Amino acid sequence: MTDLATPSDLERGVALAARARKWGAWYVAEHRFRVMRSYLQTVLLTGIGNPLVYLFATGVGLASLVDANLGDDAFGGVGYLVFVAPALLCAAGITVATEEFTYPIMLGYKWNPVFLGMNASPLRPGQIIDGIVISVVVRMLLTCLLYYVFMALFGAVPDAAGWVAVPVAVLTGLAFGAVLMGYTSTLTEDTGQLAMVMRFVVLPMTLFSGTFFPLAQLPLYLQWIGWISPLWHGTELARVFSYGYAEPIWLTVLHVAYLAVLFAVGWVWARRIAVRRLSK
Amino acid sequence: MPAAVITAENLVKKYQDFAAVDDISFEVQPGEAFGLLGPNGAGKSTTMRMVGAVSTRTSGALNVLGLDPDRYGPEIRAQLGVVPQSDNLDMELRARENLIVYGRYFGLPSRQVAARADELMAFAQLEDKVKAKVDDLSGGMKRRLTIARALINDPRLLLLDEPTTGLDPQARHILWDRLFRLKEQGTTLLLTTHYMDEAEQLCDRLVVIDKGAIMAEGSPASLIRRYSSREVLEVRFGSDRNAAASARLEGIGDRVEVLPDRILLYSDNGEAALVRITELGLRPITSLVRRSSLEDVFLRLTGRSLIE
Repeated sequence: MTDLATPSDLERGVALAARARKWGAWYVAEHRFRVMRSYLQTVLLTGIGNPLVYLFATGVGLASLVDANLGDDAFGGVGYLVFVAPALLCAAGITVATEEFTYPIMLGYKWNPVFLGMNASPLRPGQIIDGIVISVVVRMLLTCLLYYVFMALFGAVPDAAGWVAVPVAVLTGLAFGAVLMGYTSTLTEDTGQLAMVMRFVVLPMTLFSGTFFPLAQLPLYLQWIGWISPLWHGTELARVFSYGYAEPIWLTVLHVAYLAVLFAVGWVWARRIAVRRLSK
Repeated sequence: MPAAVITAENLVKKYQDFAAVDDISFEVQPGEAFGLLGPNGAGKSTTMRMVGAVSTRTSGALNVLGLDPDRYGPEIRAQLGVVPQSDNLDMELRARENLIVYGRYFGLPSRQVAARADELMAFAQLEDKVKAKVDDLSGGMKRRLTIARALINDPRLLLLDEPTTGLDPQARHILWDRLFRLKEQGTTLLLTTHYMDEAEQLCDRLVVIDKGAIMAEGSPASLIRRYSSREVLEVRFGSDRNAAASARLEGIGDRVEVLPDRILLYSDNGEAALVRITELGLRPITSLVRRSSLEDVFLRLTGRSLIE
């Protein structure tokens, strides 16, 4: 084709789009933070309320019963609270993921199509997804940090390296959440699919990922749920750091790799769908 | 002559085998208000999306602001304002906040965006709605807010996809006034509409598109001259007698069109045509002489059958 671009046209365009090309994802994240501010109360209330309630119920309630009946060796020499707390932390990451990687995506494409507005600006479809990921990382990090503070207060973190459980929980949330985001991106309408995911994926995953009891307690034919569950990988990894849970080093590496791969695959998937849906 | 803002040559967009846009060519000059007219499904919005650099073309050449949209999407979009067919304002944010957030997408500094947002809230006559929830705004207000949002980056080219569809007459007139002001300030406008009065009000030039192809191109006045007569006489004889009466009207005016409820006579002098009808001894129940409009041109070019 004949290229009518004069150097000045191109220079002007490049200058105007330069910031968006470089920082676009952060502008999208900025948008998400503004929106989150409108439900800041919920964010804070769940951020504080959840650890308080769960740690109290398991640490003071369930733990006294379990520890009294099973003795010291049941969980590798640590009390039940210390055993269960890293799992609860990772589950908190997953909870944020199920909120932030589902409805905002449905909203953006369909219910209140703000993604179309973003797409008409210099932002690119992939940056919209990147921006959402950034914003979720921040919310997840805050939520998990808060959770960790309560864990420490309840005396559930004996190891000095226990804080590493926080980034582990965030990675766990992102690994599950990115795949969920990819799946949600494929939905052109929600006729109950997301509720099904909560009921038939999130709930069984929470129960059968070595969360409240070691995976080995499950019959062998159910243990696969744990092996594919990001929550199991995250929880085992978090336990290594929070109380020195002993496992072979290759398994620790596998946990990290598995979570990272899920995160990457989900992210790339969601980006591709964004390009397909927004650049028809 | 300055370079055209938009140049489309043999532009084609296909979805599988269906050509939504089928070989169209047009040019839009700086400062011009250019209209794309056509029935639903004619290819207007698809053309808009390609010009807006959010949809790639199948073939042909397209140049927007001197750049190829397939290669320089962000560079073009940084200089565009887009008012989509259905509002996509953020319901979770307040009215002015919508402008602020949108300005940030362009990488504009917060302070600059805030000042610009205040100006635009005034331009959109929404000063007292700064903190209103988007949901609480009327249809016309939402539309004006969307236009204000599209102007946040001071665009060189404003794309408006059916800007006044669904608005009441008062809201439409306010909107036209605002758009006319932009035109006066030298903003280039590309708009789609299926309101012919809107096209006549706003467009310097337009193309009529049907089934993905251009049927006619020109200024509203020149299209009326070319495809219609100066005046139209509308007469009604009653639904069951229109057809019979029409047989006797041949030769009066340039053209006779029989509709189920009335007969249209295209003539340079409607009153004279009416006199001739009465001289023939015909007594229409009602008669109306009016100026020919773009609507007559549109219906002639795209037909009267309903396409849904």
